[in-house]
Amino acid sequence: MDPLYPISFTLNGREVAQEVSTRTTLADLLRHQIGLTATHVGCEQGSCGACSLMVDGRMIRSCLVFAIQLDGAAVETAEGFAGDPKMDALRKAFADRNALQCGFCTSGMLVAARDLLNRENAPDRNVIREFISGNFCRCTGYEAIVDAISQVANATAQSRDIT
Amino acid sequence: MTQPSKYPERIALIAGQDRPRRNAIRHAQGRGRFVDDIAFANLAHLAVARSPHAHAKIREIDVSRALTMPGVVAIYTGEDMKGLCKPWVGALNHFPGLRSPEQYPLAVDRVRWNGEPVVAVVAESRAIAEDAVDEIKIDYDILPAVVGIRASRAPDAPLVHSQYDSNLAYEMSLTAGDAAAAFAAADLVVEEVLDLGRQTGLTLEPRSIVADYDPSLQSLTAHSSTQTPYQMQDIFVRHFDLSEENVRVIAPDVGGSFGMKLHVYGEEMAAVAASIQLGRPVKFVADRLESFLSDIHLREHLVHAKMALSKTGDITAMIVEDETGIGPFSVYPRTSAMEGNQALRLMGAPYKMPNYDGHLSVLFQNKSPTCQYRAVGHPIGVSVTEHLVDKAARALGLDPFEIRRRNIVTQDMYPHTTATGYILERLSHEDCLDRLEELMDYPRLRAEQAELRAKGIYRGIGIAAFIEITNPGPAFYGIGGARISSQDGCVIKIEPSGKFRVAVSVTEQGQGTETVMAQVAATYLGVDVGIVDVVTGDTETTPYGGATWASRGAGIGGATVMKAALAMKANLLEIASVVLQGKPDDFDLSGGEIIFKETGQSAITLDELCRIAYFRPDTLPEDYHPQLSVSRHYVPQGTPFDFTNGVQASYLEVDTETGIIKLLDHWVVEDCGVILNKQLVDEQIRGGVVHGLGGILLEECLYSDNGQMLTNTMADYLAPLASEMPDIHIDHVCTPTEMTPLGAKGVGEAGTAASGSVVLNALNDALSPLGAQVTQTPVTPERILRALGVVAD
Repeated sequence: MDPLYPISFTLNGREVAQEVSTRTTLADLLRHQIGLTATHVGCEQGSCGACSLMVDGRMIRSCLVFAIQLDGAAVETAEGFAGDPKMDALRKAFADRNALQCGFCTSGMLVAARDLLNRENAPDRNVIREFISGNFCRCTGYEAIVDAISQVANATAQSRDIT
Repeated sequence: MTQPSKYPERIALIAGQDRPRRNAIRHAQGRGRFVDDIAFANLAHLAVARSPHAHAKIREIDVSRALTMPGVVAIYTGEDMKGLCKPWVGALNHFPGLRSPEQYPLAVDRVRWNGEPVVAVVAESRAIAEDAVDEIKIDYDILPAVVGIRASRAPDAPLVHSQYDSNLAYEMSLTAGDAAAAFAAADLVVEEVLDLGRQTGLTLEPRSIVADYDPSLQSLTAHSSTQTPYQMQDIFVRHFDLSEENVRVIAPDVGGSFGMKLHVYGEEMAAVAASIQLGRPVKFVADRLESFLSDIHLREHLVHAKMALSKTGDITAMIVEDETGIGPFSVYPRTSAMEGNQALRLMGAPYKMPNYDGHLSVLFQNKSPTCQYRAVGHPIGVSVTEHLVDKAARALGLDPFEIRRRNIVTQDMYPHTTATGYILERLSHEDCLDRLEELMDYPRLRAEQAELRAKGIYRGIGIAAFIEITNPGPAFYGIGGARISSQDGCVIKIEPSGKFRVAVSVTEQGQGTETVMAQVAATYLGVDVGIVDVVTGDTETTPYGGATWASRGAGIGGATVMKAALAMKANLLEIASVVLQGKPDDFDLSGGEIIFKETGQSAITLDELCRIAYFRPDTLPEDYHPQLSVSRHYVPQGTPFDFTNGVQASYLEVDTETGIIKLLDHWVVEDCGVILNKQLVDEQIRGGVVHGLGGILLEECLYSDNGQMLTNTMADYLAPLASEMPDIHIDHVCTPTEMTPLGAKGVGEAGTAASGSVVLNALNDALSPLGAQVTQTPVTPERILRALGVVAD
């Protein structure tokens, strides 16, 4: 059995302490040790984007990060983002526009979409398509996802214009 | 062409189309529940040692070191599995002559593809199980491998199965009229060999199972990422000698399936065997490498096809020789003959073409097994036919729309039987072509294309007509001896609160099955869709049925729910008539309450009716027993399938220096009969189109000469990403089917059926002024540059 090492970090705004082996990935820690399963694992090599989440404000692939690297970090998963208006709007837009079918890519896609909207004020469809090209979706063909993100981007831009 | 329906109960407008899917709301909150998300006590994990060779004799397996590792629970070889699981054979009676040897969950004596499961390790964690796999020593005598289709047929080809005299698994011929005479009399013959590349499914959620056996009652519960829980229940019963009432299969959220998750896989059978042996839950979740190596592959075809035409462009005949490589086994229980069979039967299917001569050879190879996948056979039949139609049009100087209009089956011909034997109730090719031409503004595109060609910019326009096989009836699998149900069942109960719970045997993998079933129930009950909850995917809590595949969910499942809803409504009106001392005919259920039919005024609310029926039945007449649950089963009737039809078009630009294609636009006009939910129909089409675009542009399972799979990561096997895909314009023609009471047909295959074909046609349209054409798919930049002579062969 692998030796375990203590780490502590912030997870969706709450302090957590865990003991992890050196080879446990962040994705596996979240899913199988802590029991937060919104972060999905599709390829375990950083290609598919399903396990995307935020660490210290940067979007990362949690299948490529070892849990032990997280000591002291702030981690935000698809279960988190409480009170984040952009994430709330994206969640609603994804459901309304049917921007997901099986739902397996959705958590990572939402994390990427929110990250884009935090970087760009009014991304057009091409910018959106380019940005989410790190996230594989086998079901939708992407158009509905682009529509949903675009709708939130436009609504955000409009409310900015008014205020 | 809408005619009065023979079903007076049919309601044209299905309620609730504007509501988001409840599943979508859940997933968007990170609340999905896939197999690997479920926590189990005392869970063991299974990992597999796989063959590193395409073809080899297993000389010796040494597990002694692995067995001593802390945390290892058990290790099984193929020889061990012989005593735990009855073998299977992927053959069906309606493919006479189809041969495939017995298979066990793990390889016995020989391995026949790179990635074939050989030894299963069960351990306390997946990591320990994988560590133990590394410590297993397997000695192989490497044998020569059969990789390509042509190599499989070579006279001196190594035999994939030494007990057979050749690598031929199955062959069939299909003839109509006199093709040879038609070719002899033809004004024009066009001919091509199309080399269509092998693909794989690549569902984002890999195959997953937790098998949980309880020895105290000899009962098995399998939590499985499957489309077909009832089929798998039957298979576990028969191959592990269990009693049907003791086997429960639950499909929680399924992360994509597309036909990949309805076949029998050795690893999943090994997990069941291990759980039965160990009396504890055993999990197998494929990692991505394992998915590439052991999920079914699809559509490796080498097709030599000819088309005969008159000088006016009438297609008089096709001769097709289709050879397909299926790997070493015909996949159980649906067989690997079905894809070629459907490809052969879909050739020329939109057209009047009276003469046909088709021949199919299904060949063994030392590569991953292939089997049914989304749009089974369609992309092959459509690509071959439509490539030849365009080639003929170019030779005759006919516009691609014109040659198709000349040949499509027209309204006066229905019902029509194709030369390949498909019975078409009523399709709408003329309307679809007209709509497409308008939608894409065809004359403007042609003008733009000509203008840009003069500047050395090569754009192409491709169109393709197609038919799509949906709503398969009993003639599909049951007749061949497979215990795969063609009927479906539905139970509806009204809860004491006056809300409805619908349990139905069609299943959900993201296409929106549960939403559509709720809509159908709400429509035919006369209530708001918000008070209808749908349960699917559990053999213990839903009636037995066929589940979801071959675009049967909406058409057949929907009809089942409709029947149950009408029966439930009749019961509620009867109860109301007893409570209110009238006749059932005096009442109706509308707007979520019982009303007086004559005045439209409220008679009694459903919750009040239920309060009386459930909690104060003592106030009702003696010996009156309110019926608060109903069940109905539905068997598809009439022709073996309900066919849909449509046309697609692609507009693209080819960079003749780099060979890179830029997709500029894509259009689909299709006819799936009554549309139950427009948004979901459109998104099925879009998703299907992109599946086909992946197949034509990017996706290919490449193998080395000795049978090593080279594209076994997502960095090597390219699949569509958002930046490469176009927006897709969709329009509909509606020809309701009279084969089902709802009038709805399927739509899951339509997008995939022709999207690759229109890209191939558009590419060759773009290249035609340069005298080049591409006939091998996917149409990679390299193949385009070779066709252009920029890169030498």
